[in-house]
Amino acid sequence: MISIKIDIVSAEGEIYSGEATMVYAPAKMGEVGIAPRHAPLLTALKPGDVRVQDVDGKEHFFYITGGMLEVQPHLVTVLADTALRGDELDEAAAQESQRQAEEALKGASAETDIKRAQAELAEANARYRAAQKLKGIK
Amino acid sequence: MAGDKEILNKIRSVKNMQKITSAMEMVAASKIRKAQAQMNASRPYAERIRKVIGHLGAANPDYKHPFLEERETKRVGIIIISTDKGLCGGLNVNLFKRVIAEMSAYQEKKIEVDLVLVGSKSVQFFKRLGGKVVGTATNLGDRPQASDLIGAIKIMLDSYNEGKIDKLFLAHNEFVSTMNQNPKINTLLPVSTINEDSDSLQTHWDYIYEPDAIDLLDGVLMRYIESQVYRGATENIACEMAAKMVAMKSATDNAGDIIDKLQLVYNKARQAAITQEISEIVGGAAAVSG
Repeated sequence: MISIKIDIVSAEGEIYSGEATMVYAPAKMGEVGIAPRHAPLLTALKPGDVRVQDVDGKEHFFYITGGMLEVQPHLVTVLADTALRGDELDEAAAQESQRQAEEALKGASAETDIKRAQAELAEANARYRAAQKLKGIK
Repeated sequence: MAGDKEILNKIRSVKNMQKITSAMEMVAASKIRKAQAQMNASRPYAERIRKVIGHLGAANPDYKHPFLEERETKRVGIIIISTDKGLCGGLNVNLFKRVIAEMSAYQEKKIEVDLVLVGSKSVQFFKRLGGKVVGTATNLGDRPQASDLIGAIKIMLDSYNEGKIDKLFLAHNEFVSTMNQNPKINTLLPVSTINEDSDSLQTHWDYIYEPDAIDLLDGVLMRYIESQVYRGATENIACEMAAKMVAMKSATDNAGDIIDKLQLVYNKARQAAITQEISEIVGGAAAVSG
């Protein structure tokens, strides 16, 4: 039987890899079904189930929170997101990160005192080396 | 004798410290493996996404995404990944040294630097020394999640899109081996030309895009950058654990040395006390019999 290779990967790890006779994915414009020798396709995915029918006729379900789908005639790749994405959610996350920065660095100057930083790092390094040396002597 | 007791107390306290450091060593040793596994787990995603970008670039030769375009540098952004906790030897210090060297080179060229800090240690460092910090992400734990980094990365990507920064770097420690970690600064943006596997592109073909090629390329590139930063964060954890293990091992050894020395001092003091007592008895007996 003719089959197509399917890889589902996320940034945090490989989720599924195998041969399938049919793959269904929740594309942005509506669910797509991909059979072997499908034309090359690239589309965004929305949250939903990816269904994989493997060569033994068994169905596997994977819930994804969104991502990308790449199709080549003999290979389907699902690049799954690890978290819910959306412009507003991302924006909120960015603002949160900025707020954290402001809070954590309250009162610090916006200019890095490079001379002082270099001096301090050199000192830390010297101290570390001195400790290593002392250990060698013992 | 009072001195004896003090020494014994000291020995006991050093022994307690040694117990703690050796426990920390073992914990770090067991975490290295997990951290390394996590670091490797992110590889397939990054590889696949790289290929997709390669295909996209080859299929759309006339469209240049800003992320792929080299431009004149007036301001740069650096994402610095440090550890959240200390007790890991010179790991953070070495990284900061490398970053500061880079920053001072830019300062000489009158190029300003924006910073995004990941990890509490870098926040503490730049709080003391100043710097234009536009975003932070701290307390990621031993298993950082990609979602924890999205906000911090988006700040940089946005300012790149708006033309506020012209280059983006990632500074983190590279895991060479358990004994060896290297501070490293990689260029994230502009994305260097991606060598796509040319064999699959021998014949001209293009994707069917849904909804739109440009939006998709945007999304793919953003995720690519995120996956790079995420990988940097996981790699840094592996480095942290390795450095911690080594630092704690030497702390445990040092505690052992101190205990040995103190034991010697204690034995000498005890011996001196006994000798003195005997000579007193002998002296006393001689006085009585004499």
